[in-house]
Amino acid sequence: MSAFSWLIPFIISMVFLHGLINKVRIFEVFVQGAREGLLLAIRLIPYLVGIYVAVGIFRESGAVEIMVKALYPLIELLQVPADTLFLSIVRSLSGPAALGMMMEIFDTYGPDSFMGRLASTLMGSTDTTFYIIAIYFGSVGVRKTRYAIPVGILADSASFLASVYIVKKMFA
Amino acid sequence: MNWIFSFLILGGIFAAAWNGRLEVITPAALNAASSAIERAINLMGVISLWLGIAKVAEASGLIDQMSKFIAPVFTLLFPSIPRGHPALGSILMNLSANMLGFGNAATPFGLKAMKELQKLNPHPDTATEAMCTFLAINTSGVTLVPATIIALRAAAGSKNPSEVVGAILFASICSTLVAIVADYIFRIIYSKS
Repeated sequence: MSAFSWLIPFIISMVFLHGLINKVRIFEVFVQGAREGLLLAIRLIPYLVGIYVAVGIFRESGAVEIMVKALYPLIELLQVPADTLFLSIVRSLSGPAALGMMMEIFDTYGPDSFMGRLASTLMGSTDTTFYIIAIYFGSVGVRKTRYAIPVGILADSASFLASVYIVKKMFA
Repeated sequence: MNWIFSFLILGGIFAAAWNGRLEVITPAALNAASSAIERAINLMGVISLWLGIAKVAEASGLIDQMSKFIAPVFTLLFPSIPRGHPALGSILMNLSANMLGFGNAATPFGLKAMKELQKLNPHPDTATEAMCTFLAINTSGVTLVPATIIALRAAAGSKNPSEVVGAILFASICSTLVAIVADYIFRIIYSKS
């Protein structure tokens, strides 16, 4: 699917051209955004250390094999690796933690492996459902969230199934 | 998250003890910690780059214009918000920033949208229909340009970092459709009870 390779350069040129036309002080604004990015990356470091260590211990100890045996019926049914099932659960809870897990999968299996592609698709196709619901409602003092959480869970499950399906189909 | 974290660490240590290879735990933990830092340093570059570009798009009004373009669709989705209400503008900005993969630019708009929606809320401690629809669409995440994912794939040495764009688009459209339909059904059930 190299048809999408042009997309990023295209968007970058669009943004810069649009900025020039509208007389944005491009470099200063860019630096300002990049600074926010750097701070975000720094805030991410503790999450990364925590996740890398936890996943590292879990994998090296042989616990994955034990868990795979326990979850075998479900994994057999969906035909997916255990790591990605886990990733999709973490995805709904914590964005930085899920990013850390995805990078861990990239490092272990490679970004262009089936696992790497499935992890990318899972990460890209949904958002940190529980975190967003908590923050957004919390910010305005809404305590009764009514049906927001069941809808979120349904959508997350749909995204998991759709990701597994499409990655198998596209990269078979 | 606390449960998962403890489960991974304690489960790992117990499993290692069970398998009789407790000696692998310490090097595994130390190696993992240092590779996390290596990865974080890699990450600083790519995240800074993307948020820099996102900032330019925001300052030039590109994100604003994109929102206006999609406006008619959103009025359909939020029948309870009066036309021209400022909540709509914030929702549009938030969702378009999300679609373009500018997650960080999206959050301030999202919180502003919630603030505006709260002004229309007769029962301030209870979520309104519009809030639920907004969050359903927001959390199911329609992504046109998964910038962070592409950047991280590139950082991990992928030969074609953007090859997953089509798959992500498909999966996120599926989940958004499910979210919209589920939200609609739940809304009817709840309005009757």
